[in-house]
Formats: sequence, C-alpha cells, structure tokens
Amino acid sequence: MEISSPRFPANVREAFTDHQLQRALRNVPTGFIKKRAAARDRLPEFDALRDQSRDIKNHTLAHLDLYLEHYVDKVEASGGVVHFCTTPDEARATIIALCQGLGARTVTKGKSMIAEEIDLNEALSAAGITPVETDLGEYIIQLRNERPSHIIAPAVHLNKDQVEADFRRIHSHLPPGRLLDESSKLVQEAREVLREKYLAADVGITGANFLVAETGTSIIVTNEGNGDLTQTLPKAHIVLATIEKLVPTLEDAATILRVLARSATGQEFSSYTTLSTGPRRPGDPDGPQEYHVVILDNGRSGMLGTPFQDMLRCIRCGACLNHCPVYQAIGGHAYGWVYPGPMGSVLTPALIGIDKAGHLPNASTFCGRCEEVCPMRIPLPKMMRHWREREFERHLTPQTVRRGLGLWGFVARRPALYRLLTAIAARALRLMAGKRGRLAFLPLAGGWTAHRDLPAPAGKTFMAEWKARKP
Amino acid sequence: MTPTRPRVGLFVTCLVDMMRPSVGFAAVRLLENAGCTVEVPQAQTCCGQPAYNSGDRKTAADLALGVIAAFEPYDHVVVPSGSCAGMIACHYPLLFAEGSPQRRRAEAVAAKTHELISFLTDVMGVTGVDAAYDGKVTYHDCCSGLRELQIKVQPRHLLGSVKGLELMEMGEPEICCGFGGTFCIKYPQISNDMADKKVSDAEATGAGLLLAGDLGCLMNMAGKVKRRGSPLQVRHVAEVLAGDLATPAIAEGEG
Amino acid sequence: MTTSTPKDEFIARLRRSLKVTGDDATRKAAVTARLAAHAPNLLPKRAQGDAAHRLKLFAEQAIAVQASIDRVKTAAAIPAAIADYLRRHNLPQTLRHGTDPLLKKLPWKKGAPSLAVSQGRADPSDEVSLSHALAGVAETGTLIVCSGPDNPTTLNFLPENHIVVLEAGNLVGTYEEAWTRLRARFGAGQMPRTVNMITGPSRTADIEQTIELGAHGPRRLHIVIVDKGQ
Repeated sequence: MEISSPRFPANVREAFTDHQLQRALRNVPTGFIKKRAAARDRLPEFDALRDQSRDIKNHTLAHLDLYLEHYVDKVEASGGVVHFCTTPDEARATIIALCQGLGARTVTKGKSMIAEEIDLNEALSAAGITPVETDLGEYIIQLRNERPSHIIAPAVHLNKDQVEADFRRIHSHLPPGRLLDESSKLVQEAREVLREKYLAADVGITGANFLVAETGTSIIVTNEGNGDLTQTLPKAHIVLATIEKLVPTLEDAATILRVLARSATGQEFSSYTTLSTGPRRPGDPDGPQEYHVVILDNGRSGMLGTPFQDMLRCIRCGACLNHCPVYQAIGGHAYGWVYPGPMGSVLTPALIGIDKAGHLPNASTFCGRCEEVCPMRIPLPKMMRHWREREFERHLTPQTVRRGLGLWGFVARRPALYRLLTAIAARALRLMAGKRGRLAFLPLAGGWTAHRDLPAPAGKTFMAEWKARKP
Repeated sequence: MTPTRPRVGLFVTCLVDMMRPSVGFAAVRLLENAGCTVEVPQAQTCCGQPAYNSGDRKTAADLALGVIAAFEPYDHVVVPSGSCAGMIACHYPLLFAEGSPQRRRAEAVAAKTHELISFLTDVMGVTGVDAAYDGKVTYHDCCSGLRELQIKVQPRHLLGSVKGLELMEMGEPEICCGFGGTFCIKYPQISNDMADKKVSDAEATGAGLLLAGDLGCLMNMAGKVKRRGSPLQVRHVAEVLAGDLATPAIAEGEG
Repeated sequence: MTTSTPKDEFIARLRRSLKVTGDDATRKAAVTARLAAHAPNLLPKRAQGDAAHRLKLFAEQAIAVQASIDRVKTAAAIPAAIADYLRRHNLPQTLRHGTDPLLKKLPWKKGAPSLAVSQGRADPSDEVSLSHALAGVAETGTLIVCSGPDNPTTLNFLPENHIVVLEAGNLVGTYEEAWTRLRARFGAGQMPRTVNMITGPSRTADIEQTIELGAHGPRRLHIVIVDKGQ
C-alpha cells in the first residue's frame, strides 16, 4: 500500500472533513483512557511493574545477540525452523516459498503489524495465495482495502453502519433481507463466514507479542481466539516477528504481560494469551505439523546502539495513541503508514526515513501524555526531538522556520538589541490592536489568526517598565 | 525553613516581557510578600525553548549559557511559566556534554530554578494569599509544568485561599490546549481542534474565569475564546493570587 | 574456512550495532544466569494469600470476565454438575473431551445418563467441549490448559461452549507459580506445543468499542472447581 506520510498536511485536512471518522474518534478518549485508568487503579504495583518491564527489555536489548542464539536453539530443539530475514523482500519471499512448498491456496492470518510493514497480503495475493484476515477489525479493513488506523483496534475509525454496508457488499451469498442492525449480529456473521475460512486454510500466519528465549516460545495476545484458530487448524504455523520481541524467560514475559493488556484495553488479561513452541508433538491429535519462525530485522539493528534504541522496548499496546490529543483529532490514517500516534511518530522515520516521515515527529506539542502512560517508560517526546535535530542537521526543516528561528536566535543572543526590538514590536502590535486588545489578522501569523485572535501586548515591555520603576 | 530574604532572580520569560508585563509584576509582588528580595537581570532574553524544540541544539545551548551566566549569582531562579522553568530545570544540563564545566554550571542553575507557584508553596512554605475573587474559576494544567515539574496541587492550594473563589474542575484539565510553541503555527488545524475542545471544556464548568500558569497556553486559549465570542475571561493564575484584577483580561482591550 | 550462514550474518550485524563480540565472558554469564534462574520479578500482593483467598479471588476475576463457576466437592459429582449446567442453558446434552485421565475416569453413565460423551479433538460440529486445566491463576481468573491427546487444543476454541475442570489444589496465585507447575510437568526449558492462558470467553470490541462475546472462540466458558480431584 502507498506511503502517504509525506502528504501529512493534506491527510490532516481530509481527516477534519471526514465526519464519520470524527464521530468514531470520540470513542477513543471515553473508552480506552477510562478503562486503562481503572485497571491501573486496581493494581497497586502497576508503576513498579512498568519500571521492571523497562529494565527487562533494556537488559534483553543489551544482550540481544546472545538471547537470540539461545532462542533459535530452543526452537530447533522443539522441532521448529527459524528463518533469518533482513529486509521485507526476504521475509515476503521466505513466507511465499513456505506457502508454495505446502501447496497453500488460502492462508489465515492473526493480527500482525509486521505483516503490514512488509505488505505481506499484497505479496501473497500476487503469488496466487489468498490471505484471509481473521481479527475482526483487520477483516473489516481488509474488505475495504484500508490500512489499520490503530495498532490494536484496527477499525476504530469506522462506525457500525459502515461495517454493515461492507458486509452486505462482500458477503453476497447471504440473504439480502437479513438484519444487521446490531453489532452482535455483525459479529455473529463474521464468526460464521470466517469459521469456514479457518477450517479450509492450509497455512496460518501470526505475529508474536513475545519470543521467549528460555523455551523457544512465541506468545500471542488476543481476545477473539482468532489467532488460536489460525495457528492450530492448518498444516503449518508461520510466526512473523522482529528481533525486539525477545524476552529472556517465562517470568519476564509474565511481568510485561501484566502491563500490556491493562495499558491497551484496560483488561486485567486478554481472553487468550497463547504460548506456542514447535509443531505438534508425536501423539498430538491436533496442532500444525510444521512450525516456522521468520525473524525479521527491517531496520531494528540500525536502531540498536543509537538514541532511538529505547523505541525497541515498545510492546504495541496503543496507550500512547489513545492518550494523544493529536491522534484523537486526526485518527491513524493521517500518519500515512503502518504506525500512528506517538509511537508511530518515532518508529516510522526510523523505518522509512526522516525525509519521508518528517512531519510525524513535528506534529506534536510535546505534552508528554504518551510518555506518562507508556508501560515501557519510553521517552517518546525526547525521541521526537531527536528526529527534529536530525532534520535540522540535514537542513530538512522548512526554510521559513529555519530563518525565523535563526533571526530569533540572533536577536536573543544580544540582550541590548533584544530589548530594543521587543520594545518596538510590543508598541507596534499594541497600536495595530487598538482598544480591542486583540488582533484578528496579522501578516505572517496566518497559522495563528486563521483560527483564533492574537491577544495584543500591553505596549510597553516588562523590562522597560521595571527599569523605569526601579532605576 | 529558608533563610530570611532569599535573593530571587526573576526570569520573566519572553512572552510575559513582551505581551503581558502584569504577570511579571504579579510575580514580584507574590515573591516579595513571601519574604524574598527580587532582582531582574537585564541580560535575560529567551530560555531557548523554540530553538531546542526545533532541533537547533547549538542556538539553544548558546542561549542557555546566557541565562546561566545572568542567573548564577542568585539563591533561586523563579519563572512565571512551567515550560520555561522546565526548560532550565530539566533540559539545560542535557545541552552540554557530561562532565563538562558547562554541564556543571547548568546543573547548578537547574537545581535552583523553580516555577513561580510551586516555588511559593514548596520552597517558601506559602499556604495562602491575601486576595479575593468573587466567582467561579477553572484551572488548566499546562503540560510542562504538570509533567516535567509535577505542578498540580500547588496552584489549587493557593487558589483555595482566595476569598470568594470557587474552583470548578474541567472534565480534562490535564489535556493539552494545543499551543505547543511552533506547533500551533505549523499544524494550525490540529491546534485549533485541541483549543476548541479545551475552551468547550472550560465553558462547561460554568466558570467565568479560566486560569493557568503559562502565558503561551493562556494566549492560545484566550485567542480561541474571543474568536468563539465566549464571555469567558482568561488570566494568569499569578495575577489573581496577587490581587491584580485591574489589568484587562488577556485579549481584552480597555474599552 | 566456514561460510557464514544467514544466521551468522544476522547475529554479526546485531553485534556490530551493540559494539560487542560473542566471546565476552561477562555478557555470556549474565545471559546464562538469567535463563537458568528464571527468577520471578515483582509479584502483585493481591495474588498472595491462603487457599480460601485464592479461590475467592479467582471466582471474582473469572465472573468479572463473563465466565461462570460451579463448585463440587468430589470428581464423582462433576458429570451431574455438567449435565445440569447444559440443561439450565438449554444446551445440547453432548460433550467431547480428550484422553485426560481424570476426565476419562469420571462416572459419566452414572452421573449424567443422558449426556452423549465422545473423545478426541474437536469436530467442527461439536457444541460442547470439556478440558482439564493444569492450573488456575487467581490473580486474573485465568486457566492454564496444555495441548496434547489429554486436552486437544481444538477443544478450547471450536465449540461454542467450553467447560473446564479445575482442581482446587491447582489454583495458584500468580502466573509464575503456574510456570513452576509447567516445568515440573514437562521439564525445565521444555514446553508442549501450546499452552493456552484462558481468561473468560472469546470477545471483541472491534465494532464501535462495544463488547460482544463469542467472536471466534467459545461464547461460554464454564469452570467447574473440584475440591478433591482424584
């Protein structure tokens, strides 16, 4: 799918004219935020667990090479196969080869942001293999040929009537007169339609929330059970995961799991948290006969050892999105790629380049709410600032901004000049505003005055008045 | 208990200096009432936040050294703004290499830099002010002050001592108003959405007066209030605490 | 000279970024030690307490996520309890379970004569399944069910109604205590194909954030806690 991050300002304009989207976005603050706060309040150790989760990931990243080696040994010992892929191309090719080798015609998929990153569905379709998204939200957006707009609630930007319209359009084999006026009916229909797909699928592909080095285990966290049907029924289970998903032990996974669901949806634990290790064992009546783990780099090793390493602690809970007033205003699609909100603003430039994704870390007031709620204590505003520094060094900052700041910096370094110019400016603005005390229009300040008045200064600066009162 | 008459250097901030000196004078009155001597070094200009947040570390560091030099002599550096105080207290040290003499000087100044209201309560032990305001008031928690400097209860505590004042809380006092420095110019539509939501929230409290501790946020909210034709008044919290209700509210004229 | 494999190159790239070598004894020791010790981190206080506390907490948590709970004193009472549950919910008197020794030995004919009981992995047409949990975790009302012929994984997901037997003696406080039991059963560092941590029935909130049960997995989860299992 196209990357539209460079067109962020146009995306933002579109987002504000999209009334369906604006209506749907109102669910975000009331739902997710209240639920997370309630879950946090019910667990007194919540903040201490966040600190420990940060420490576990930091330790793991510092020893990532060694934990990965151990992990691979355990996967192989349990009968699984690990495939190492550096680029999206390699990952797509590997997965397609595995599917073709198994004669796969349809593939069911649990929700995987990595699969979005590498545009896996397009590649599978092009190779004549039909991918079927099974997470309800992902299924809905697959019908619409859209990207997810939220990392855990992919269809949060849609209203019920939009979903009904899509189901009627696509599920044309079902009686047109049927009622789909309630969300329960929509869920029931999706359940029936997808049940057939689960049973028919040749291969199941999931992501992984965690990879456990101790046991060679992949962990998925779902509520629907779709990931479980995806990975249990077909001949083969393919796990697609990036390197930073590793944690050392089952105990370490348990610690981070305690903060994941609470931060994401406000649940104490998800309905299904599933640990998978290798294929079915001899004597098992069900389970896949093959288990493959596709370990992908795709830019992560380039973040290790840099100021952006902290971003590799992200467990994709979505709390930062939910609490971000910018995300709440524009939704996820405006960010233009796979990852929206604050975490998307830090990760996207790292993966697709700051030249394409420059707007994202700039569209922030650094209010800090994201960092406040991040279960892994990631300093998101600090990393957004790092991106702005990179832009500045590479002269990617817009010229007007650069010149304006340059001028301000020049004057501010010279107190006497600063005193003089600020006194003049204060006087001038005061005169322009007259008795009203405010300006509705000011040349060069169109960004401000388009939407709000500019309060006028008193006329004399503080420093001038202070000097006058206390010579 | 602090020693008698601590010497405070007032960092007035570029916005207060240019746009609303009454905030600076209110700060002086509050500090002197609390037992401080207040001086205002003429060499101060800008804390460097616009440059810093735009990725220009060099300019930010140059400006920081100027501020550090001007304010090193004082017992305390007090700032009527959470974001400028946060810039000095939390970010100045990070502008300089670890172990360097500039870092040490920055850390020394950072350690004694405070936002105005929290300085009064947490350092000078002020528990109340001698002021009056007959009416309902609501308070917006500016982001830097709240999240970098943990300013939350202090302004509410002092407002609680103002005779006749009734504090009404917004549904979301802690959500950003949409100012964000250059953000409101670079992404005006998003900023506008945030400002609209904030002003609606303030209006819904039934308060006649909206207060906060940062002039940037206040100018943003006042500008939005006026554009909407709302009767809400907007002031800096220091002005109410210092008893200055004579200066016209922000964005209001004399007429 | 050995040619480097994709794995070698992959790991080498990580080492270059971290500016480390694979031979560093301190680093290797740190990793080996952590893996061997698999020490628990901070454990929530709510999960600590006696058996009565754990039972109460487990029930509260499970009911909060729309599971239902039944308590029986002995294993012999389980078949009747299940038949009764199915009757109360107008569900068919059918059931499938695996070769789990506890479940196989239950007095099905005596306790639930009209219940049609079959064994094996789930068939798509099955409406009711029965599993025996390795453990229950009180802190969040979570069941631990392991794959294998005893309790095939498909039983946990295909039928609309899932019943799970949990022995009170296997009701632990924390996930970490469940891991200890897992290691005791399968060996340190060893796992079955699947360990399911089940907390309530299947659900989704993907349509306008409205919670609906029975998204793809079971619509109902019924837990029968037995005081004495064998």
